[in-house]
Amino acid sequence: MAATEVEITRDGLDRAEMNINMGPQHPATHGVFRMVLTLDGELVTDVEPHIGYLHRGSERLSEDENYQQIITLFDRLDYIANFNNEWVYVRAVEKIINAEVPERAEYLRVILSELNRIASHFLFYGTYGLDTGAMNPVMIGFRERERIQALFEAVSGARMMHNYFRIGGLKDDVPDGFVPATRVLLDQLKAGYDEAKNTLTESEVFIERTAGVGAISGEQALDFGVSGPVLRASGIDYDVRKNFPYSVYPELDFTVPVGKHGDCYDRYMVRMLEIEQSLSIIEQALDKLPEGPIQSRVPRIIRPEAGDVYVNGENPRGDLGVYIVSVGHHATPYRLKIRGPSFCNLMALATMMRGSYIADATVILGSLDIVLGEVDR
Amino acid sequence: MTEDRPASPDDAEEPAGAAISDPSDGSPFETRLRETLGDRISEISTNVDELQVRVARDQLVEVCEVLKESEGIDFKYLRCLSVVDWDDDKEAEVVYHLASMTHSDKVVLKVRVSTDDPWLPTVVPVWPGADWHEREGHDLFGIEFHGHPNMTPLILYDGFEGFPGRKSFPMPEQVTFYGGD
Repeated sequence: MAATEVEITRDGLDRAEMNINMGPQHPATHGVFRMVLTLDGELVTDVEPHIGYLHRGSERLSEDENYQQIITLFDRLDYIANFNNEWVYVRAVEKIINAEVPERAEYLRVILSELNRIASHFLFYGTYGLDTGAMNPVMIGFRERERIQALFEAVSGARMMHNYFRIGGLKDDVPDGFVPATRVLLDQLKAGYDEAKNTLTESEVFIERTAGVGAISGEQALDFGVSGPVLRASGIDYDVRKNFPYSVYPELDFTVPVGKHGDCYDRYMVRMLEIEQSLSIIEQALDKLPEGPIQSRVPRIIRPEAGDVYVNGENPRGDLGVYIVSVGHHATPYRLKIRGPSFCNLMALATMMRGSYIADATVILGSLDIVLGEVDR
Repeated sequence: MTEDRPASPDDAEEPAGAAISDPSDGSPFETRLRETLGDRISEISTNVDELQVRVARDQLVEVCEVLKESEGIDFKYLRCLSVVDWDDDKEAEVVYHLASMTHSDKVVLKVRVSTDDPWLPTVVPVWPGADWHEREGHDLFGIEFHGHPNMTPLILYDGFEGFPGRKSFPMPEQVTFYGGD
């Protein structure tokens, strides 16, 4: 066959930027989150996050519900850390009506919220393992979280969406045998934590995958309003429990783990070390847990005087804030604004991702540990 | 929906409320703040454990810059940015909650604008973290943040009509799925 000369042109083969859409239905976005990545070859040059797929208008809904009913809406914000959410909200209302909380209730709130923090960090541990390509951690993470949720079910009747904290106290006292059961749980969690640490923390593959990836400086993080483990991983020692102490935290002895490099590995390590600290906090709180009432006297229908309060607390994901405006003598808030930690942490995503490889995109997103229920509200 | 039932005797015994603005107490931090801001403060008050400062729209960015950069004040952290719709006054209020990491101080800035002409200068150049809060404020309350680098819908989908955060936005009737015919 005679050869035919074919002219091969190079038109259209120039380097060009490419847009790739990721999500909202994507297993590595941890919910309904979508981002548009702009790529130059394998390098990410820009990221445009799109949120709002889970927007339920919680803030506006709160304006039509009375102060006790709103607790259920807070369960549904950060659905991995329900107790922590409820706590910040009931503290805000307690502050605006100036309500007392019995000491026993305060200690029980600390115990439950710190257990919730551990459960949340174990979930992060499991899913972050998947994000970085390790299959084992998710088994360990979910196993340990399930133990905690079994205790939550015994206490509140629900694995999630507990609706257990009340303005001025708690719904019920904890069941008989709560303290010994929690001590047994702590021993199990310690064993689980050690296993988790051995599986991932010192894994060379994991370290290579996360160290030096998605770094952000402390100053940049602070500018974006980043909080929680993500901020502390960048070397800024800010923990609401220490900087603006609340409840009985001043009576408990704990340290705040702070990272240095601000990369994915430090973010992971800060969370793991926080599990250790939370275990110690719970042990101390169990030792100090006093007998007594669990609910103080508050009006059945709460009608605060005119004014506004902003209350924040340290959630597993960072600084959750609640801003309540009351116009006086109404059973519903005039305005309720929720400052979600994941919402603010996500703003720093583009800065973290620019210049990294596309293969690291899920690793960086996973290291923020976002919960879309609280991003969109 | 909550009915405003008459207060039961239980309620009357323990009156709610303490979060009303008191005259300021002149703490060292307040003195520092007054010295730094000078006549840019139009009103200052104490609310439980926070200082609330009212500023005018045209001085907002200047005040924010001073608060962030001044030594001894250091409000590097924008905790929250909220919009409150004061429907009866035909005004919207934008509230900035600031915190200082180094001094553990807190301050609240409040700016009021008319809903007929609801615009404010953006504070994104001062705190990049104001970005999404302002976009949300634009989505839900229709506040224009002049100079914002990327004012596109954030929470709502493209083409959504109206501002669902405002009191005047109609809420759908509640539907009951059980109990009764």
